Amino acid sequence: MLKITDLKVNYGGIEAVKGISLEVPEGEVVTLIGANGAGKSTTLRTIAGLVKPAGGRVEFMGEDITGKDPTSIVKKGITLVPEGRKIFPDLTVLENLKIGAYMRKDDLTDDLNWVYDLFPRLKERHWQAGGTLSGGEQQMLAVGRALMSRPKLIMMDEPSLGLAPLIVRGIFDIIREIHKQGVTILLIEQNANMALQAADMGYVMETGRITLSGPGQELLTNEAVKAAYLGA
Amino acid sequence: MLQQEKSKKGSFIALICIAALLALVVLVENLGALVPNLPSVLRPTSQLFIVLKKGAVYSLVAVSMNLLNGFTGLFSLGQAGFMLLGAYTYAILTVPMANKDQVYYLFGGSAVKFSLQELFGGLFGNTGVGGAVSLVLGVLVALILAGLVAAFFAWLIGLPVLRLKSDYLAIATLGFAEILRAIFQWQKLGPVTNGANMIKSFPTFSSFNVQNADGEVVLRLSTFVPFLVAVVCIAVIVLLITSSYGRAFKAIREDEIAAEAMGINLAKHKSLSFCISSFFAGVGGALFAMYATNAQAKAFTSTMTYEILLIVVIGGIGSISGSCIATFLYVACSEWWLRFLDTPVILDSGFQIPLLRDGFRMVVFSIIIMIVVLFFRKGIMGEKELPDLFRKRKKKAAPAAAAGEEGSSNG
Repeated sequence: MLKITDLKVNYGGIEAVKGISLEVPEGEVVTLIGANGAGKSTTLRTIAGLVKPAGGRVEFMGEDITGKDPTSIVKKGITLVPEGRKIFPDLTVLENLKIGAYMRKDDLTDDLNWVYDLFPRLKERHWQAGGTLSGGEQQMLAVGRALMSRPKLIMMDEPSLGLAPLIVRGIFDIIREIHKQGVTILLIEQNANMALQAADMGYVMETGRITLSGPGQELLTNEAVKAAYLGA
Repeated sequence: MLQQEKSKKGSFIALICIAALLALVVLVENLGALVPNLPSVLRPTSQLFIVLKKGAVYSLVAVSMNLLNGFTGLFSLGQAGFMLLGAYTYAILTVPMANKDQVYYLFGGSAVKFSLQELFGGLFGNTGVGGAVSLVLGVLVALILAGLVAAFFAWLIGLPVLRLKSDYLAIATLGFAEILRAIFQWQKLGPVTNGANMIKSFPTFSSFNVQNADGEVVLRLSTFVPFLVAVVCIAVIVLLITSSYGRAFKAIREDEIAAEAMGINLAKHKSLSFCISSFFAGVGGALFAMYATNAQAKAFTSTMTYEILLIVVIGGIGSISGSCIATFLYVACSEWWLRFLDTPVILDSGFQIPLLRDGFRMVVFSIIIMIVVLFFRKGIMGEKELPDLFRKRKKKAAPAAAAGEEGSSNG
């Protein structure tokens, strides 16, 4: 579904991504793990069109989308859940969700109900300002907002960031649930254990390069990954 | 469903309130003809009507600034510049042919060889009902053109300037307004802008007072007209803010990166907001020229922008009704209620009350503003609108009922 070939990105004068290739097959959860500054977020931001690549190729459903603007990329069905949630704090939960569907002009009722079914908490609080939600609820809102654009591929940038372990488990349950409903997911995580358990396919990224890849379960038992990311 | 019905009911109530307000303005203005021996406050010459007219004009400009600063989060200080563009566009296009030579006497007449209301006069006639129709149409078209000219320049300026953020944008737009002011006073442009002199003799608010054959005023509409224009324009802005465009503007204000990630085209929406805000500032500028009965570049200084910024801040950044309320309070204080502080008073005993002298009004005014800013950190209204105040009270009074309602709508 999404195919990246030899992608290079310069970010503030630094070569943040030094030619990576990866593939996200339709209907799968693919995760990209790695330490801080490995270039994971930059990769996602480049796919979303927020950063222009210096070289390489991004293909989505057989179409070249390299360097396209974010508006047309969202229209094609790729949505990013940004790092640190980035919900709109002064807008209500409902308004936040509606902005997620900004590129669509059709009826939103079904999708609103879908998101409310996934996150009943958001329905309870639909009139509340986004900024008054707890961290976990804000993450739910960020995911719900992205789902409102009815994406084919949803990219999540560290959804577990700054959340309590119990909440993190809840977030991963939701990721599995969304996946079950047919949305393809590209997930970035520092919480390698949780991410690899949920993923069909995993890539390990180090200083701008992909150093290791394989099925999620396989990477979980890989000695090098264990030593570097799983703390075992 | 429930919510939609509620908001429909809400907008219906709002519509009635606005209609009632407009009717009240007409009534108050014409009380003099209906009731003899009116208290001087309500007589047509009263300061009250000056405040109402200027308040209507300023509230439109304040709301247009709020659209940009409060809802889109673009801190622009170019408002006076766009008002200037609007004022001059209106004035240049509506000076009657008969007055052109007199107004432009330094430059041997105007380069603009027509006036809009007389163009319409050619179609509908220049006297009686036809004359009224052509006056209304001429002024209306001139107002719209005033807005369009301001919006066009906003688009042009926006191309480079909207890439800047916060303070830098403010400095750039402020500079733009100052440049405009200088250009419009340039003698070489005299045949169009009348150089550093003012343009006058164009239709003003009092041109809309209905006169009988003897030239006596039978129906005063001079306060109603600015109110009507301001209400219509503000209503358009409110509709815009509650639309999906308004949501996108607010999203940009809250978080540009997230807004962009949602597919909102930042450049397009910022430019749109800037142009719309400037359009209404331009219309406001034209109304200001009508209020002042002349258009001169000297009037549109950065002080004017600061005045409007002050109003927006006092009313509450992000609150339309706050801007409107603050405008009338501000204008009433500066033009009317505090006037007495400027006149020295000498008692019968020969004792002169200290401090009361020219300029003291502004001292007191500044102190009042400081107090307001200290005690209402987020402005009078914060981010709330007038109807929110009633809604909140209801919720507090009956939380149980509200919870029950919520439950039933879930099921």
